[in-house]
Amino acid sequence: MTPTADVRGMTRRQLLSRATAAGASFVVGAGFVAAPDAAWAYETTHIKPEAFATLVQMARDIYPHDRIPDENYVIAVKGYDTPEMAPAIEAGIAALDAAAQGKGFASYLGTGWERDRVDILRGMEESGFFQMIRGGLVTGLYNQKAVWPIFGYEGESYSQGGYLERGFDDISWL
Amino acid sequence: MAAPFELTDDSVVVIIGTGAGGGVLANELAQKGVSVVSLEAGGRYLPEDYVNDEWESFGQLAWTDPRTTSGDWRVARDFSGLPAWIVKAVGGTTTHWAGASLRFQEHEWKAATTYGPVQGANLLDWPIDAAEMDPWYEKAEAKLGVTRTGGREGLPGNNNYKVFEAGARALGYTEVHTGRMAINSAEYDGRTFCHQTGFCFQGCKWGAKWSSAYTDIPRGEATGNLEVRERCHAARILHDDSGKVTGVEYFDADGNLQMQAARVVCVAGNSFESPRLLLNSASAMFPDGLANSSGQVGRNYMRHMTGSVYATFDKPVRMWRGTTMAGIISDEARHDPSRGFVGGYELETLALGIPFMAAFLDPGAWGREFTSALDAYENMAGMWIVGEDMPQETNRVTLNHDVKDQHGLPVANVHFSDHPNDIAMRNHAYKQGTAVYEAVGATRTFPTPPYPSTHNLGTNRMSENPRDGVVNRWGRAHDVPNLFVSDGSQFTTGAAENPTLTIVALAIRQADHIAREMSAQNL
Ligand SMILES: Cc1cc2nc3c(=O)[nH]c(=O)nc-3n(C[C@H](O)[C@H](O)[C@H](O)COP(=O)(O)OP(=O)(O)OC[C@H]3O[C@@H](n4cnc5c(N)ncnc54)[C@H](O)[C@@H]3O)c2cc1C
Ligand code: SF4
Repeated sequence: MTPTADVRGMTRRQLLSRATAAGASFVVGAGFVAAPDAAWAYETTHIKPEAFATLVQMARDIYPHDRIPDENYVIAVKGYDTPEMAPAIEAGIAALDAAAQGKGFASYLGTGWERDRVDILRGMEESGFFQMIRGGLVTGLYNQKAVWPIFGYEGESYSQGGYLERGFDDISWL
Repeated sequence: MAAPFELTDDSVVVIIGTGAGGGVLANELAQKGVSVVSLEAGGRYLPEDYVNDEWESFGQLAWTDPRTTSGDWRVARDFSGLPAWIVKAVGGTTTHWAGASLRFQEHEWKAATTYGPVQGANLLDWPIDAAEMDPWYEKAEAKLGVTRTGGREGLPGNNNYKVFEAGARALGYTEVHTGRMAINSAEYDGRTFCHQTGFCFQGCKWGAKWSSAYTDIPRGEATGNLEVRERCHAARILHDDSGKVTGVEYFDADGNLQMQAARVVCVAGNSFESPRLLLNSASAMFPDGLANSSGQVGRNYMRHMTGSVYATFDKPVRMWRGTTMAGIISDEARHDPSRGFVGGYELETLALGIPFMAAFLDPGAWGREFTSALDAYENMAGMWIVGEDMPQETNRVTLNHDVKDQHGLPVANVHFSDHPNDIAMRNHAYKQGTAVYEAVGATRTFPTPPYPSTHNLGTNRMSENPRDGVVNRWGRAHDVPNLFVSDGSQFTTGAAENPTLTIVALAIRQADHIAREMSAQNL
């Protein structure tokens, strides 16, 4: 399922009316994680929506790129939304929330600044859960063709004849 | 008899691996009328099959059978199951390679003599020298169509090169150019010129870069003297009571165990698989592994002192456009102990795409320090460092009996720790590489740690004295009269240069020797 697919059959109002606020960037309803502006939504099937929303925030905090929309972080982690993986993810997120509570926040999503969340993540950097999520993101996020243009990377070039006639040596500022 | 050959045909030369060493040797022998069976663990992929996509290409071509690691190198922590980035396919790692094709410097054939004793290093002179290799290098350069040799033009410089060159000149470096590359700058040998697509590591879809996959292999096959058996994994080399090898047991594409008889066996599976095969061929007569009376099989593993320097600027570079590695600074390649280390290093341009940059820039790193570097990817330039590393007896490939591959064979464990000379050289190179980019206004620089090994050398090394190494001056096993090593594992020392031109030159020379010895009935 693509993250945007759910939004289409539903007005923004309907979505919001079913939702409760769970954090800065997310609105979570019954089975739904969605952007507050309804730019995307993802219906979780195995992971609890609150936990999934936390996972998406965690992904962004590990590899923060302000020009990459949440949607791509959702795509990067939705592979964990399976019966096999859900218990481990929920346990990992519970540990994350517990760590946040230890620092006086209501939850991981209840923090205000990125630096508070990074601080929490630093504390669990060596854990298997953190390493699994971080490791998975290296390909899960950066191997999405949709994010490449954000970095300026042009990808495949053979079908366009390479760069011989398309600027392989066009640098002008040296 | 024309290929294909019978399993029982004991007149054939069996070659294991079809990369730089094995692929060239197979063709050269076939051209001389020698019957050859090449066993290749991987499948066959040609330019039309290659993909301009880093991870997809990796999945298509890379060797991902299990291996294990130990030692204090960072690869053992960050990529514990992937000590090397090499290929399992017809053509071997010449599909992935970037094409930098440099001769050794004269003194590098005699490292022990030139450098003198280096504590903890197992240095040895090669039993051959520059004068002897000169004609073979010339043949290798002609085969590969190396630019800036034999009257062939250099490649044009791309954006990444222009930044590199401007910085180098500002620092006062003088040996700076677009490299001696096995990439056509003009049509050559029936292959087109480089179209600057920028995916040299993923297999050249134009065929502008030399690879044995679409040159030597099909040419050898066209003679009728070469049969390449794809997806056939050599498991064990057999021998008779006299200690001569008689054939090779292998798992065929269906996983069935076969035995190909042989008059001569040549091992060219790259520097992990070649010693692994010899060790897995231990017998009552050779209890420590075939050809291992010296105890040197698997030892002295070298991977070159490597590292990278990336830098970001306030304006775009777009380093990914064009050839991946066509740019070199050779000023630091000399031996000059006043720098605090023996041997030297080359600086070469290098570009990675975003997917690989994310994996390799600073493995394991996260947070804004890391992501802000990637955010500046469009404004990034990059170079690779390649220098001579010290052979150490304790850096070695051994069998890991606790981990088995899909055929039930013990896998290779690769143990590596840097020698202090390697570390001193790397630090010097980081400093110089950084200075190159700062000279042209870098806003930030990144001394990047070594990737999983692309150059793998030394694990069946060549020596004058059988006590010191595994093979003699022809690459023939000291202990076994009809067993040869034909890949980078026969390197006595690694020199500062990318190894493949030397592997190819040695293979051409070895083919000449084997054919001569066969007709003289000495083999
Ligand atoms: C990304 C990259 C860039 C590189 N760039 C350069 C460069 O610019 N210049 C340079 O000089 N070098 C470069 N290299 C290194 C170069 O590719 C190698 O030095 C060279 O290919 C090694 O040749 P080889 O014959 O030893 O092994 P390979 O070319 O690796 O061939 C070994 C073959 O043996 C097969 N094999 C192994 N075990 C078995 C078995 N048991 N049975 C059957 N088959 C088996 C493998 O599948 C493989 O096909 C690069 C390497 C990489 C990965
Ligand atoms: S840049 Fe040139 S050599 Fe490299 S893959 Fe493209 S065409 Fe081939």
